[in-house]
Amino acid sequence: MHAAVIVFPGSNCDRDLAVAFETAGAKVSLVWHKDTKLPDGVDIVGLPGGFSFGDYLRCGAIAANSPICNEVKAHADRGGYAIGICNGFQVLAETGVLPGALLRNAGLKYICKTVGLNVVTSQSAYTERYSVGEVIDIPIAHHDGNYFADDETIARLQGEDRVAFTYTDNPNGAKGDIAGILSANKRVLGMMPHPERAADAGHGGTDGQALFRALSGVLTPA
Amino acid sequence: MKARVHVMLKNGVLDPQGEAVRHALGAMGFDGVNGARQGKVVELDLANGTTEAAVNEMCEKLLANTVIESYTVEMS
Repeated sequence: MHAAVIVFPGSNCDRDLAVAFETAGAKVSLVWHKDTKLPDGVDIVGLPGGFSFGDYLRCGAIAANSPICNEVKAHADRGGYAIGICNGFQVLAETGVLPGALLRNAGLKYICKTVGLNVVTSQSAYTERYSVGEVIDIPIAHHDGNYFADDETIARLQGEDRVAFTYTDNPNGAKGDIAGILSANKRVLGMMPHPERAADAGHGGTDGQALFRALSGVLTPA
Repeated sequence: MKARVHVMLKNGVLDPQGEAVRHALGAMGFDGVNGARQGKVVELDLANGTTEAAVNEMCEKLLANTVIESYTVEMS
């Protein structure tokens, strides 16, 4: 497995994500946002958490228009795997690769704590090592994680088994308690919680490990 | 020439910041504020001849996220 982790100015979880991929057996390339090409043979693109471009204008909006994001979009369009975590989810929503948008938390506060997530589907490369209904503990750290989409889109996501995770106790006002969603082909995952921060015993939790481990072996380059 | 772009959350999209402003005004004793919506204004300094259509395209591609926001453009 060859993973490309995109680095924007203001990304701060890029190295954590790289370590999580490496621990799962991947070769990792860090790719700068001004690059216009992904490395050859990339199986999965990781968009990390952080505050790309200082969250100016809207979270993820400027990153979504950076040169490398055209490539990320093309990679996803041809059926490639991609995971966006926290700010990376915001970037994927801004590019239109995933539907909806992330609004300011309903309580207006930045929230940094470990939360419970319900695993809603195991029918994806990311979630196949979890069981449906299992509750996993994963940290969140965001100010704008309040998932919003129109009712029709929410119904479609639910109807097509594209909700990956929901919060057991909604911390941010997200519609349908949604914490993470999948693309129509289930190959792109966007989620606000940070599985890479629960991927080593030293983190205080390892519930995120299964997500990265599941990826090794199932991925094919696009 | 200049353009002034107003970006607002669409009706029906929760605006927690506007709601906090409304709540604060009420707490300060300003009665009768039934609602507050908070948006943003972007002023663009443009080369002469830039069309409103070009500014609309800027809004669609970057300045507004039309999933959640609407925008208006004033050219001057």
